[in-house]
Amino acid sequence: MPPTPRTSAASGPADVYLADRSGPSAAAPTGERRAGTDHRPGRRAASALPSTVLVLGTVSLITDISSEMVTAVLPLYLVAELGLSPLGFGVLDGVYNGVGALVRLVGGRLSDRGGGTGHKAVAAVGYGLSALCKPLLLLVHSLPLIGAVLAVDRTGKGLRTAPRDAMISLAAEPAVRGRAFGVHRAMDTAGALCGPLVAFVLLRAAAEGYDAVFTVSFCVAVLGVVVLLLFVPRRVAATSQAAAEQAPDVPRTPVRALLKRPEVRRLTACAVLLGLTTLSDSFLYLTLQRGLDLPTGWFPLLPLGTAAAFLLLAVPLGAVADRIGRRRLFLAGHLALLCAYGLLLVPPAGGAALAGAVLVLHGAFYAATDGVLAAATADAVPEDARGSGLAVVQTGQTAARFVCSLAFGAAWTAWGAGTAVLTAALGLALAAAVSAFLLRRAVPAQTPNSPSEPA
Amino acid sequence: MNHTPLSRSARLFLLLVAVLVLGGVAVGATLHAAGRAARKEHTRAGGPSVASGAVRLDDPHRSLFRTMAWGPHRDEITAVPADRPDGPRTASGVRCLRFHAAAGTGICLQAVHGTLRDTYRAVVLDRRLRPLRHYDLAGTPTRARVSPSGRTVAWTVFVSGDSYAGTAFSTRTSVVGTDGRRLDANLETYALTVDGHRVHAADINVWGVTFADDTRFYATAATGGKTYLVRGDRATRTLTALHPNVECPSLSPDGTRLAYKKRVEGADPDAPWRLYVLDLRTLHESPTGEHRTIDDQAVWRDDHTLVYALPGDFGADLWTVPADGSGAPHRLVTAALAPVFPR
Repeated sequence: MPPTPRTSAASGPADVYLADRSGPSAAAPTGERRAGTDHRPGRRAASALPSTVLVLGTVSLITDISSEMVTAVLPLYLVAELGLSPLGFGVLDGVYNGVGALVRLVGGRLSDRGGGTGHKAVAAVGYGLSALCKPLLLLVHSLPLIGAVLAVDRTGKGLRTAPRDAMISLAAEPAVRGRAFGVHRAMDTAGALCGPLVAFVLLRAAAEGYDAVFTVSFCVAVLGVVVLLLFVPRRVAATSQAAAEQAPDVPRTPVRALLKRPEVRRLTACAVLLGLTTLSDSFLYLTLQRGLDLPTGWFPLLPLGTAAAFLLLAVPLGAVADRIGRRRLFLAGHLALLCAYGLLLVPPAGGAALAGAVLVLHGAFYAATDGVLAAATADAVPEDARGSGLAVVQTGQTAARFVCSLAFGAAWTAWGAGTAVLTAALGLALAAAVSAFLLRRAVPAQTPNSPSEPA
Repeated sequence: MNHTPLSRSARLFLLLVAVLVLGGVAVGATLHAAGRAARKEHTRAGGPSVASGAVRLDDPHRSLFRTMAWGPHRDEITAVPADRPDGPRTASGVRCLRFHAAAGTGICLQAVHGTLRDTYRAVVLDRRLRPLRHYDLAGTPTRARVSPSGRTVAWTVFVSGDSYAGTAFSTRTSVVGTDGRRLDANLETYALTVDGHRVHAADINVWGVTFADDTRFYATAATGGKTYLVRGDRATRTLTALHPNVECPSLSPDGTRLAYKKRVEGADPDAPWRLYVLDLRTLHESPTGEHRTIDDQAVWRDDHTLVYALPGDFGADLWTVPADGSGAPHRLVTAALAPVFPR
């Protein structure tokens, strides 16, 4: 499919329809960018993040408000309104995870088609699918069907993640990519924090108004899709003109070709290795609650602590990643997690302060790894396979974390919680050491961002 | 696909239209729900008559339950004549989601409406339903029980701890003396033994306590996808599995039998449980005459009669069936939940 006149006419960086600010960013001299890791150009460009990043952040913010509204009221809805016992609901998690990984790979692969127009299309399908699930919740009243609707909702999430991250990475200059992902993750998390509040206000206005919550959630989700369709360019321009010419060289099986790239292999290996020793949030909170014997009323607040730290740290740490190198910060983030494990192993003294420290470290871990991994992946993956590359690395990480959950559950059963956490900590330390060795040559971000940045 | 992108003003106009339409739908749905909520605050013609009055937890001539009839007293603990449960209801002014009482002590799990979110708490009530002490809850209330002596209470809540994976639920069950001493905030920390083997799994869940006395109790423990009837001991902090596939046990007043919900083979996954009775001496289980699925911790009205809630027009109705498997169920009272029959 030929590129549209519009996109070929404006093939500079950040071809953004809404872009009052894309001018200066587009004008950023390529030479200066290639000159590299001197932080000054990074800082200058950082003041003008491309508006596509902000629009995608807005879409995520809106969508997370919608989905967290539902998540927040679901337990109460099931127990109080439908009179169901949600126990055993987690049984299908394994299936969801498997399907989710597959869907994510397919989403990434499909989105790379169409010479760059695929990202928006696949993302729109993903967001739309999740939006359609909200009114379905009004119609189904049994656990198996509600579980099925939630599975479709997750499928939508799996589909859209890789193409969305691909669009962010394509819109943002390499020098500000860490910050761009940081801004996106911060907006995403802000939405996640707002969602429960919106749901609460609705239930206050209309007692037992779960139908109102689901309907409003649907409207919010549709608004997110509308913003995506109207304000994200159909083809997010590559960050350099070289991309278009490079496209035909890439084999028809980008995934296999991708894995032949040593950088991608190393990054995927590290993501998997570290993922294998990353405890799921639920296990972390469970261990924290048990170990510190926290007051019961605190339990629902623990995820908020992580999210708040993530929200506050995502942008600054993204900027730090741009300066000191994404891989380096990615490793540092795992050291924060290792510190959190260490605190969990400390005898239960210090109560509230210790819990706060663990949550801040946990949030810092996300802030230093989640968007940063995407940015680091983008550095290593050519533009025409960006969606596939992101999907491969993220799927590897997610699958590894799922395996970690299973193994940790088994270790807990066999040895008890303390030994299980100790094992996870030792594993993480080992994984971090191996990763540092694997990534050592590639540490600063000057590694060629080929083919978009031919040296 | 080669269409020209819309102009910026056209896109802003479309966004405005979308905001107006979606906002209209959202406001409409909210107003509709708010109107419905408001109607529930008004007494319905033909519904049971409810009036404020003094309620005691230890009056053997009265039965107690949470009324769900529409009107200003909805969700309050109400008393009715013991021989005429469908008679006029006296409302206590105390609102509870879950409730139980014995020997003049009550346990009430209620919502606390905060500024940023609702929370829940467990309140220990004296015989005049005055609060003695309260405990914050980590999740949505589901079960509550008082020991026969009235000196120990237990409750279970559903916890969904992880906002990023909204489908993983677990339970948390707490036991405490009504004097505020000996709080066991989480029975999962007790040592669980199944078939003689100690179980350490992270997926242990415990719910639905029913007391034999202030030390010994029965409950459901789940691990590895199976549920067990467990005998609990507060002195040794142990749970010992006695029998598989038992949920929400309820001990008979004479302490010889347990009524419980059993997950039956080949049932519709939407309706998996039936009401069974287990003889504790022989471990022989027998079905009751109630053939519908039940999801409640049944209550013994006396040594021969079970009372339990089923979904009804106003949320729930109370039904009754003989415990020995004879007879057929019949509806005891409409728009009611969490019954107590003081002795």
